[in-house]
Amino acid sequence: MTDTNETLKVTPLHALHLELGGKMVPFAGYAMPVQYPAGVLKEHLHTREKAGLFDVSHMGQAFLSGADPAKALERVTPADIQGIPEGMQRYGLLLSDEGGIKDDFMTTRLAGEAALYLVVNAAMKDADFAYIAEKLKGQATLAPAPDRALLALQGPLAADVLERHSPGISQMTFMQAKRVTVAGAPAIVSRTGYTGEDGFEISIEGKDAEKVARALLAEAEVLPIGLGARDSLRLEAGLCLYGHDMDDGIDPVEANLVWSMGKRRKEAGDYPGAGRIAKHLQDGAAKKRVGLRPEGRAPAREGTEIADKTGRIVGRVTSGGFGPSLNAPLAMGYVEKEFAANGTKLDLIVRGKALGAEVVAMPFVPNRYKRAKK
Amino acid sequence: MSEVRFTDQHEWVRLEGDEATVGITRHAAEQLGDVVFVELPQAGRKVGAGGEAAVVESVKAASEVYAPVGGEVTAANSVLEAEPAKVNEDPEGAGWFFKLKLSDKAEFAKLMDAAAYQEFVKGL
Repeated sequence: MTDTNETLKVTPLHALHLELGGKMVPFAGYAMPVQYPAGVLKEHLHTREKAGLFDVSHMGQAFLSGADPAKALERVTPADIQGIPEGMQRYGLLLSDEGGIKDDFMTTRLAGEAALYLVVNAAMKDADFAYIAEKLKGQATLAPAPDRALLALQGPLAADVLERHSPGISQMTFMQAKRVTVAGAPAIVSRTGYTGEDGFEISIEGKDAEKVARALLAEAEVLPIGLGARDSLRLEAGLCLYGHDMDDGIDPVEANLVWSMGKRRKEAGDYPGAGRIAKHLQDGAAKKRVGLRPEGRAPAREGTEIADKTGRIVGRVTSGGFGPSLNAPLAMGYVEKEFAANGTKLDLIVRGKALGAEVVAMPFVPNRYKRAKK
Repeated sequence: MSEVRFTDQHEWVRLEGDEATVGITRHAAEQLGDVVFVELPQAGRKVGAGGEAAVVESVKAASEVYAPVGGEVTAANSVLEAEPAKVNEDPEGAGWFFKLKLSDKAEFAKLMDAAAYQEFVKGL
């Protein structure tokens, strides 16, 4: 493993990961910590109980500018970008012309700023940025920000911790975003994350990353958390991992992500792949992403076949494992639409044996976002 | 009198008379991380040396456990089904997987002793 490190990129926190005993693995072209000495299980549970700090600097950050960048960005997504209020972030899907999901991403409209701030997945960032730049040519200009780092502070005590380093920050609510100072460093902070917990994502200059990370890690509530726990946390939260739970052959209806499409956009049908997607919105798609709870304790991993009770294969697991907070195995996958209703009994074919499973609602573990009071 | 030997698949096997107790090494347990599930063989099952005998799954991945020597399974450590974390706590003791009635002592003699296994792990 060590010899591949030469060709891998590193984040501004690489030296800190090594100092903390991070077990480094290749991920999306970067050397990233899959776990620290505490281990995946403890890191996962710690994040749900207190607060965990994640280095997600490998993700792609960029700014989109132009006469009307929000209108331009709607050429590649069915999300309501123009409708994002100032100081808010929104989840969206990047679609191909055929309506396939090229990636999922976050768009932020910072107060008083014309440019939009975007965050895309690490593995897809080069392709995404090239695609967006090409599709929006003449309408908007995309400026990637490879020198920025991104930290996620997640868990029920994240707000208490961050408040000490950025007074007033705990007043923010879910999906709000703003420019503030964290531990003396200029930052873009959003009250978001990918664990199902309350928490924040903190974008800072790469040169400030270690200072900010050390300040947060010095707090008694905070442990560093690796990619292993990040994956089990997002799976328990029912959140998709690009390249596993969705790809460019899957559309938003199949992926059960219709909520991320703007109402105005659905009505206007002015998004990529509108032909296929509108038909699926009307008639339903042939397959759908669902949550699955296997009986017993054996995890069903990605690629596991899903059968109906007659033994016919009706789908496939796209993410599966063991949920430390659930203390049980869990999975998500695609099944034919007739089998997608909650409560449907199916079998998972694990090492040649049929293990019973039930289609369940997601998230598997309740979300604890700090939503604004209506 | 018992003697412990090791495989290049990171199993250990302790021989007492013709009864072999099998588990995964401390190195294997550390590499796997937190074990969350084990699947053990039934007593009476016959396995060949190097054959798949059990499954161990951590939060991260599933791995096969191979029989270091051939024989007939006489017992499985069913405690692990309810408490898989025992594999991490005491991999070369209370975290044993199964016992075999050894069919051929020569198979045991071919395996690595502790010093050879330590060298092998160092070279990985």
